[in-house]
Parts: sequence; C-alpha cells; structure tokens
Amino acid sequence: MLEYLLSFLILAGALFTFIGSLGLARLRDFYTRLHGPTKATTLGVGCMLIASSVYFSNRGAGMSLHEVLVTLFLFITAPISAHLLAKAALHLKLESLAPPPDDDPANS
Amino acid sequence: MKMLPHPLLTPILAAIWLLLNNSLAPGHIVLGLLLGWAIPLFTVHYWPEAVHIHKPLTLLRFMAVVLLDIVLANLVVARLILGRPQSLHPAFLKVPLELRSDLAIGLLANTICLTPGTVSARLSLDRRFLLVHALNAPDGGAVIATIKQRYEAPLKEVFEPC
Repeated sequence: MLEYLLSFLILAGALFTFIGSLGLARLRDFYTRLHGPTKATTLGVGCMLIASSVYFSNRGAGMSLHEVLVTLFLFITAPISAHLLAKAALHLKLESLAPPPDDDPANS
Repeated sequence: MKMLPHPLLTPILAAIWLLLNNSLAPGHIVLGLLLGWAIPLFTVHYWPEAVHIHKPLTLLRFMAVVLLDIVLANLVVARLILGRPQSLHPAFLKVPLELRSDLAIGLLANTICLTPGTVSARLSLDRRFLLVHALNAPDGGAVIATIKQRYEAPLKEVFEPC
C-alpha cells in the first residue's frame, strides 16, 4: 500500500517537473518562460520530498524531516532568482508579449 | 549590546539545526540553542530593523493560505502551459504598495513569486509600486485587487499595525 502511495508521489513529482520544463519550450517570450520553472517545479519537488520523507521515516531509523529544510530553502531562493532574472530582463529591455511598463526615471 | 538582539531568530535557528541533524538528542538541542544565540549576536549589524510580529495567528493563517495557493498555482500554471500558449494574455501590472518595512515588502514580493502566475519584477525607487509580471491576466485590476487583499492586508496586520 505504502509503495503505491510512494510511486504515485514520485510520478506526480516527475510529471510536474516535466511540465515546468516543457513551459520553457512552449511559451513564447522571456517573461512568460520565467513562470514555468518557478511554479510548476515547486509542486514537483514538493511531491518528491514528501515521498522521500515518508520512505525514510518508514525504515525504522526514526522520523526523517530533513526534507522540510529543502522546502524552506527552495521557497526562499526560487523567488529571489526569478525576481533577479525578471529585473535583469527589464533592464536589458528584452522583447515582451505584454506591453512593457512605462519607463519613468523613478523606476530603475 | 543586547544579549538577544532577535529573540525570534534563536528558536528558529535551533529548530533548523535540529532538522539538519534529524535528531532530538539533548546534545543537539544545547548546540542548536547555542548557535541560535551566537549567530544573531554576530549578524546583528546586517539586520536593518528589528522584527516584531504582532499577530502570530494571522501570520499562521497567512502561511496556510500561501501554501494552498502554491499548490493551486502549480495546477493553474501547468494547465496554462499545456493549453494554447497563443491564447495567453501576459501583462505588466503596477501594484501600489501600502507596506513600508523592508521585511514586509520582501515577504510580499516573495509570496507573489510563489503564487498563481505572477512574478514580481521590480520595486520602484520610492517603494510605492511593485511591478509584477502576470502570465495570464486578461483583467489586470482583478489580479492587483487579489494581491492587495489576500497577501498585502495580512502582512500589514502582522508587521505594521497602525
């Protein structure tokens, strides 16, 4: 029973990570491509971490909660990298599907 | 110099230490508390402002809402990616900010990046506006209203009550 649950979690995790990466190929400008890897992969990694936690907790060596930390660090770092990428793209005035924001000097 | 410049940081660092070691042995608890005491002392100069949490319950509810939204965001973005990319309406939105403290603005920007189809792109120099890129926003005003009401309001209550 446990194995079904674990396989489901790992497969779901792989699927979401794959869809996130697929976004890189399918979406059409830099800014929209940013959304794929920052979002869809969070749930993918989350599923795998839950699976890892459940698996190692059931091997008799006590609870395994390392994974909570991976989640924590991921939630702190993923948005920062996305933000910096977006900021750099704005600075370089990359082509965008959305009408670009007005560039008043107060916004650099 | 205060002995405990950031009283909140101590238990958090201790908890992280215990998680890193995956153990609740007394030795690790002591070492964790020691680290939790020493690290804030050494890093006090890098913290621009003191952190005060005024309504812990609101903060907990906010975290639950964000966790739920992260799961929903993933499903929504996955569907948008698998759907027809030609029919997306990406947009830049200017979200006016009511938050003033660095930490609260940082948390809001972080939250926006984690939740449905939005990435925070730039903070204006005067800190009045946050520029947000939305993956699919046919109605920009609605997205701004959601961000303000769902994320900014609780953060304001927790970190800067007036």
